Amino acid sequence: MIPDAFFELLLLAFLGLVLLCVRPLGGYIADVMEGRPNLARRVGGPVEQVVYRLCRVDAREEMGWQSYALAVLLFNVLGAVVVYALLRLQQYLPLNPQRFAAVSPDSSFNTAVSFVTNTDWQGYSGESTMGYLVQMAGFTVQNFLSAATGLVVAIALIRGLARHTATTIGNFWVDITRSTLYVLLPLAAVLALVLASQGVIQNLAGYRDATTLDAVTFQNPQTDAAGRALQDAAGNPLTATASTQTQILPMGPVASQEAIKELGTNGGGFFNANSAHPFENPTPLTNFLELLAIFVIPCALTYTFGRMVGDPRQGWAILAAMLILFTTLAMVGYSSEQAGNPLIARQGIDQAASIAQPGGNMEGKETRFGIAASALFAAVTTATSCGAVNSMHDSLTPLGGLVPLLLMQLGELAPGGVGTGLYTVLMFAVLGVFIAGLMIGRTPEYVGKKIEALEMKLVSVFILTTPFVVLIGTAVAVSTAAGKAGVANPGPHGFSEILYAFSSAANNNGSAFGGISANTVFYNVATGLAMFIARFWPIVATLAIAGSLAAKKRIPVTDGTMPTHGPLFVVLLIGSILLIGVLTYLPALALGPVIEHFMLAAAR
Amino acid sequence: MWLRLVRPAASLLLAMTVLLGLVYPLVITVVAGVAFPEQAAGSLIHRHGRLVGSELVGQSFSQRGYFWGRPSATTPQPYNAGASNGSNLGPLNPELLDRVKANAQALRDADPDNRQPIPVELVTASASGLDPDISPAAARYQAGRVARARGLAAARVEALIASHERGRTLGFIGERRINVLELNLALDELR
Repeated sequence: MIPDAFFELLLLAFLGLVLLCVRPLGGYIADVMEGRPNLARRVGGPVEQVVYRLCRVDAREEMGWQSYALAVLLFNVLGAVVVYALLRLQQYLPLNPQRFAAVSPDSSFNTAVSFVTNTDWQGYSGESTMGYLVQMAGFTVQNFLSAATGLVVAIALIRGLARHTATTIGNFWVDITRSTLYVLLPLAAVLALVLASQGVIQNLAGYRDATTLDAVTFQNPQTDAAGRALQDAAGNPLTATASTQTQILPMGPVASQEAIKELGTNGGGFFNANSAHPFENPTPLTNFLELLAIFVIPCALTYTFGRMVGDPRQGWAILAAMLILFTTLAMVGYSSEQAGNPLIARQGIDQAASIAQPGGNMEGKETRFGIAASALFAAVTTATSCGAVNSMHDSLTPLGGLVPLLLMQLGELAPGGVGTGLYTVLMFAVLGVFIAGLMIGRTPEYVGKKIEALEMKLVSVFILTTPFVVLIGTAVAVSTAAGKAGVANPGPHGFSEILYAFSSAANNNGSAFGGISANTVFYNVATGLAMFIARFWPIVATLAIAGSLAAKKRIPVTDGTMPTHGPLFVVLLIGSILLIGVLTYLPALALGPVIEHFMLAAAR
Repeated sequence: MWLRLVRPAASLLLAMTVLLGLVYPLVITVVAGVAFPEQAAGSLIHRHGRLVGSELVGQSFSQRGYFWGRPSATTPQPYNAGASNGSNLGPLNPELLDRVKANAQALRDADPDNRQPIPVELVTASASGLDPDISPAAARYQAGRVARARGLAAARVEALIASHERGRTLGFIGERRINVLELNLALDELR
């Protein structure tokens, strides 16, 4: 079993390197966010002070949870307005060498919400729609700020747990500035340059025309004078045979965006093919670095949490639960993809992995990544809120596609997006101790804070919002003509496309079963609303919990305290996550990938 | 409370847009352009003063004397780098199976005596539609056809394949692969 060994080696090397970074990076983030002096703050201090002076922010003034929540909402809504304006005014703006036109109102709305909510769902094709200024001043900026927003909400929640009898949870402007200047920007700058050294492009030039070696003959769709596609009497598109020896090579400032796209678990590709595109992800090494970049901050934040509440073991227990869930599902996904498609094997096609070829289900995958690095990427991108893809998820085998779908539906907490993963998993931790408290008849407590009715109501709001949006959205889409019109594949796979779209939007992931035609008014509006509601409603609930916890007294650890740092708690946490996730989504999953799996098994 | 927050929100957004949306990407552009000029510009390949493509972006080949790359689902023509895309066909979609059959038939028609099973990447569309590589198995499958079409000794073509093979990074990351455009450029320069 040579190929399996390569996957296991890759997975081990990946997890090993991530684990090595958890303590130093997590400790560094805690230092920066708690305002302790360190090298970075000495270097960046003057810039930080200039920002505060320009914005008339008093760095010593802290906020209660309501002000903090209002600041989050205001800052993000303004951010969305700026992205929307850039998209609508694109034709008048500089740095648009291909002279792309303004984007339609519904697509602009969807895209603006998408980037501000850290979703980066894309209904458009980057290389034929977006100029460089939009990519830089719109998308790259929100790649930083949406990640910083997630990070500071997590920090605010940690402060709520760590402080006692306090009325404030931090200063939003200071938190955003520090997390951007000291955490995201330096990491992104280093990664961008490393990626550029490996072949990820970084320039502001216009697209180039290459003269190819061989001519390509193809059917070119015919259009009338107004650019509309012509059809014959039967409604089929009219085409004419054409031949060309010219290949357009797109250009752009890709590396700078690619770095923060992964580090901020954003996932919006510069190009339509995202991280499968050779200019975004040219080699196995860039792929490995991108994988590390996606995982490193969400994992490190568990240590930040442990340190800030004064007990690093609390953080390690959470990380253990996250990685057990992740590793299990990643291995299921890999083995399903490596097994391949029996219907293709039947055509006399060699799908067996060998020393000379990756084999397996290669539809929608790149040769340089093969099955192992593609299956790992699919799991990593959906276990976080990233949503970048290096293979086309629509062409995954049924179980291979179920894995990313389920990883999103569990709430993206294994380890989840930057900040979002931590605050989501902490909600399940609170739910876990609550369930345990009910079983043993004690008032539940977590890291020294009593969990009472108000917190449990808010936790319920948090946990139920996303499934509600996913399932209602899917139900509306499958019952309307506009929803069904977007489907590309027949049978249960078509249902999976819709379920995946809403799971991805509402969990702020952004990957897709890409065959779905999502750039329609229906999907732009529906997924736009899903992204917005399922991003900010839970954030407000999280900050409310932070405020409520901060005000409480700390209760001392006694013999009766249930420990939340041992294996028992890890099992309890995983159990709570699976209880909610699986019970909520099993019926929907049964209609999509599960049926499809049995259909494929029957075809064998 | 709202009004007190508007000013810092708007000014912080403006400051961050300048820093992250202009200063950061432009500094990276300048540094990358100086330190890694070839890579930052797209790893372009020139022959006789003419731009013939990028080392990283695959091209469509259909002559028997060239190695063929992965099927490409881009429209309207394959390997259209202005519109990267995969097929997005599900595993049970009849369209996928019809396309696999057609791709397999084209390979067999071009090389009727070749009875080996066809390596899977030669009949499956890549994720980007621009995959520059094929596996060593997929290259060797085509070696006989290319050698015959060019009137070359099979051993010479095999040797060329072997010399273009790239291994796994650090021995375990990624796949062994051969860049189709570079291999075909080398073929053209053999004569």
